[in-house]
Amino acid sequence: MCLAVPGQVLTIEGEDALTRQGRVAFGGIVKQVNIAYVPEATVGDYVLVHAGFAITTIDAEQALKTLDYLAEIEPDEVP
Amino acid sequence: MKYIDEFRDAALVRRYRQSIARITTRPWTMMEICGGQTHSIVRHGIDQLLPPGVSLLHGPGCPVCVTPAESIDMAIAIAGEAGVTFCSFGDMLRVPGSDGSLLAAKARGADVRMVYSPLDALRIARETPSREVVFFAIGFETTAPATAMAVAQAARDGIENFSLLVSHVLVPPAIEALLSTPDNQVQGFLAAGHVCTVMGYREYEPIARRYRVPIIVTGFEPLDLLQGIYLCLRQLEEGRAEVENQYSRSVRRDGNRTAQELMRRVFTVQRQRWRGIGEIAASGLGLTAEYARYDARVRFGQNRTASEPPTECIAGMILRGLRKPLDCPAFGTRCTPERPLGATMVSSEGACAAYYRYRRHMADSGRVVSR
Repeated sequence: MCLAVPGQVLTIEGEDALTRQGRVAFGGIVKQVNIAYVPEATVGDYVLVHAGFAITTIDAEQALKTLDYLAEIEPDEVP
Repeated sequence: MKYIDEFRDAALVRRYRQSIARITTRPWTMMEICGGQTHSIVRHGIDQLLPPGVSLLHGPGCPVCVTPAESIDMAIAIAGEAGVTFCSFGDMLRVPGSDGSLLAAKARGADVRMVYSPLDALRIARETPSREVVFFAIGFETTAPATAMAVAQAARDGIENFSLLVSHVLVPPAIEALLSTPDNQVQGFLAAGHVCTVMGYREYEPIARRYRVPIIVTGFEPLDLLQGIYLCLRQLEEGRAEVENQYSRSVRRDGNRTAQELMRRVFTVQRQRWRGIGEIAASGLGLTAEYARYDARVRFGQNRTASEPPTECIAGMILRGLRKPLDCPAFGTRCTPERPLGATMVSSEGACAAYYRYRRHMADSGRVVSR
């Protein structure tokens, strides 16, 4: 139910606070998405989309940090 | 796909498994409260990677499963009125109320339609002004902004043949309700990543302090879940009880303020009944006075309470973390997704449906898998 899928913003159309739209690519599939809730999003950003709405922009730096977490806190362990 | 595949890396999964085993010295019980996480845990076998004695309970994290029978009864009554087009997320259509489901109402001739977004329902209202279009607004805080936007657009554009049967629920009051019960077994929580994407996690901080439980905001992929479990176990082993954010690529402490602002304009917090659990104070959403004319209950004169019919279904105990699906004598025999006794078997994200899809061979062979 709370499923949200990451996709990349291809275009942004309109300035309206309620209906700002964008075309978002999910792998090979492109869908029209309401991006009113992510005013900071720009073309090229990845957003998480739920029920037709982008609900956040994905922070690329934090994503890398999450993947590197174990190596950072347990540098001595053999992977 | 980017931001999915790299969080399924098998080598890192193995490393987390070892690290979790190394830091764990005794049994612990954690709970996730998100049907998406439940599904991912069972699908990827995350719970089976944990040391003996460390268990994950599946909480009331599926909005379809906790929507009370009375809301479904009202939905069926409204859908049966002349001139009504009733729109709902697909999962909700097969859930039984106290007498039948929306799908059964559709079979009897009601105009019931499955939509992907509340904006789809609003579009139907724009395109068919002669029909009264009603949207069944269910879901956690993740979904509430989508509903809020549909109402705000309807109000701005003067679409008056549109209304909502609101049955939204809020996660933090449910966590508090679980922690307040005398038979609570949960020692740490994985908080739902997408709920917190919208709401942030400030409201979880007093809960962690008051009840002395670690709460880890966690994502949905195998590595997210394993890291969330690792962080939770580390806090439990060290005697800490804090809120930590594993899902930082998506969740900020304050959440999505633009979405929260519109939610505050459209919704007011009110008491809510949860199926299988009962009434929880301040755990649901209703429409504010400004948007009250979009309330389908008022428009169609619906105000009812329904008692849930007694069955052998143990969904209520599963939702409270007291049982697991394989503990149910009806599981996979008298209760299947095709002929469900309870909502946890109906919704694809319900705990019973997830176990039926990925674990039913274990029930067949009589193996004990509940830990």
